[in-house]
Amino acid sequence: MNLAYRDIKHNLLRFVLTNFGLSLLLGIVIMITGVYGGLIDDALKQARAARADLWVVEAGTNGPFAESSRIPGDTRELVSRVYGIERAGAVTYQSVQTELNGKPLRVFLIGYEPGRPGGPRRLAAGREILRSHYEMVVDRSAGLALGQEVPLGTHGHKFTVVGLMREEVTSSGDPVAYITLRDAQQLQFEYAPSASRREQARGGAGATNDQINAVIAKVSPHVQVNEVAAALSRWKHLTALTQEQQETLLSKFVIERARKQQGLIMVLLVIVSAVIIALIIYTLTMDKVRSIATLKFVGAPDRTIIGLIVQQALSMGVFGYLTGLVLVLVFKPYFPRRLVLDPESVMIVFGITVGICLAASTLGIRLALKVDPAEALASSG
Amino acid sequence: MAEPGSQAVVRVEHLSKHFGQGTARVDALVDINMEVFPGQVVGLMGPSGSGKTTLLHCIACILEPSGGRITLDGDLVYDDHWLKADLRRLRLDKIGFIFQYPNLLPFLDGSDNVAVVLHLAGYGAAAARDRAVELLNYLEVGHRKHAMPRQLSGGEAQRVAIARALANKPRIILADEPTAPLDSSRARIVMDLLRRIAVEQQAAIIVVTHDEMILDRFDHIYRLRDGRLES
Repeated sequence: MNLAYRDIKHNLLRFVLTNFGLSLLLGIVIMITGVYGGLIDDALKQARAARADLWVVEAGTNGPFAESSRIPGDTRELVSRVYGIERAGAVTYQSVQTELNGKPLRVFLIGYEPGRPGGPRRLAAGREILRSHYEMVVDRSAGLALGQEVPLGTHGHKFTVVGLMREEVTSSGDPVAYITLRDAQQLQFEYAPSASRREQARGGAGATNDQINAVIAKVSPHVQVNEVAAALSRWKHLTALTQEQQETLLSKFVIERARKQQGLIMVLLVIVSAVIIALIIYTLTMDKVRSIATLKFVGAPDRTIIGLIVQQALSMGVFGYLTGLVLVLVFKPYFPRRLVLDPESVMIVFGITVGICLAASTLGIRLALKVDPAEALASSG
Repeated sequence: MAEPGSQAVVRVEHLSKHFGQGTARVDALVDINMEVFPGQVVGLMGPSGSGKTTLLHCIACILEPSGGRITLDGDLVYDDHWLKADLRRLRLDKIGFIFQYPNLLPFLDGSDNVAVVLHLAGYGAAAARDRAVELLNYLEVGHRKHAMPRQLSGGEAQRVAIARALANKPRIILADEPTAPLDSSRARIVMDLLRRIAVEQQAAIIVVTHDEMILDRFDHIYRLRDGRLES
C-alpha cells in the first residue's frame, strides 16, 4: 500500500495546483539552462560555421570575435601558398543595423568568398550566393523571406535574400547573414567614419578598402595543424589560431561575463526553488501531523513515515519538472532568443531537482519524526 | 471472563509516573497495581486529572513510567526502564488501540484504514485486504468498505477504527473513551461489541470512560483518584 500515492490521490486538486506552481518555477530554471546552453552554442556555432582548421588574424590579437583584427585582403593569397594549407578564404565580420518596413533589423554580416572556406554551412531553404553582388543568405530568425530585398549601407543597395539558414545566430542573439566579400568590404567602407572615407577617396596612406578580418584555412590531413600555425605565426603581422583555440576564446572569454550572469541567475533560482519546495513539503507534512501520529501509534516504523514524505517530495519534483519541461518545449519557439536544451543539461537539471526535493524533504522528515504518537490521542473531531 | 489460573495478559506492578522535579513535581500515578485476564473487559474510571489517560499511555508504551513493572502478554516490557528497543513494533504486535475519536487516515478508504496495520505487520496486499473486509463484515460495516472516512457516520467510523484495532489479532485492546462521541444506545452497542471481541478473541480489554451508563458492561472496574487506585 503506497501511502504517498493514496494521499496525493485524496488531495489531487491541491497536488495539481501545487505542481503547476512548481512547474512554472522549475520551467524558469530549465529555460535559463536553455538560454545558457544557447549562449555557448551560438558562440561556438559562429566559429564552427566556418569549418576552419586555422584562423589567421592580425598579429597579437585574439580576432576576429574576441578582438578586432584587420589584415590586408591579399593575406589569403599568402596563406594559400604556405605548405600544408589546402584551401583558404578571406572573411569579414561586422554588425549592421538597417531599417525594413519601418522596423529596425539588426544582423551580423559575414563577408566571404563564394567557393572558398568561410561561407554558410547549411541552408534550410533557397540557394547559395551565385552572383558577385547584392545577394544574401540569412538566418530565419531575421524574419526575412526568400526574394525579399534588404537595404544595406549608406548608398541604399538592396540585397536580395536568396537563401535561408536555421539557428545561425551570434552569442548575443543577432541573426547571421552572409554576403560576398566584395560587398562586405564596400559596406565596411561605407560605414567607416567620413574622415576616413575622405582620406581613402584622396588616395592617402593606406587608402584601400581591401581589408579583411581573418583568413580561414583548411589544413591538409597529412600535416599537423599546430606546425602550420607555427609557420604562419612566424610572419610578424599575422597570428594563427587553431579552431580549438578560437572556440576556447569564444566560450571562455567572449561570453564569459554573460555566462557568469546566467550562471548566477541559475544558482539563485535553484536556491529559491529549494526554499519553496522545502516550504511546500513542510506545509504538507504539517497538514498530516495527526495522520502521522496515528500511523506511529499503530506501529508504523520511521521508514514508513520517511517514505511517505520523500515519495511525495519526489513526485512533486518529478511532475513539476516534467510539466515545466513540457511548458518550456511548447513555448520555446516564442522565446526572444534561442534555447538549447541538450540531453545532458536536461538530465543535470533533473538531477538537481531530485537533489533539491530530497534535501527539502529533510525539513518535513524532521517535523514528522518529532511528532509524538500521543498526539493521535488529542481530542479533536 | 477470566479463567481461574490463567495468566494475566496485562500486569502492572507498583507503577508510578511523575512529571517535573522538586516543588514542581506532580505525581500522576502512584503505586498502581492491576491485572487484566484474557476475555476480560475492565473499566478505568475517575475524575478528570486522576491519571486514567496517563496509565493507559504507559500500558500502550507511548509514555515512559517513572518506576514499576509492566508485563504485556507474558513479556516484561518495563522494569524501571523500557526493556524493548522497538516499542512501535511491540504496539503493532500486541496492542490494539481504540481512540476517543476514530482517527482514521483521511486518505484511505474504510478497508484500507484497517489493512494499513496489516501491511505494517508484513501481510501481503491480498491477505491484508481479505482480513480487513472480514473484520468490517464482522463489525457489520462491510458495506462501507469503500467509503472514505468523511463519508462515514460517527458510529460507522468508530467501527472501522475498532476493526483497525483488531486487525493484527492483538491480545490487548486499549480504548480511550470510545463511547464519548456516541449517544447512549450506540455506546451500549460499542460496549457489547467489545465484550464480544474479548470473549471470542480471548483479548484483554481496558476501557477508559466517564460514562456511568455502561458500568454493567465491565467485568471489573478500577477507579483512580489523584493518581492512586481506589479499589
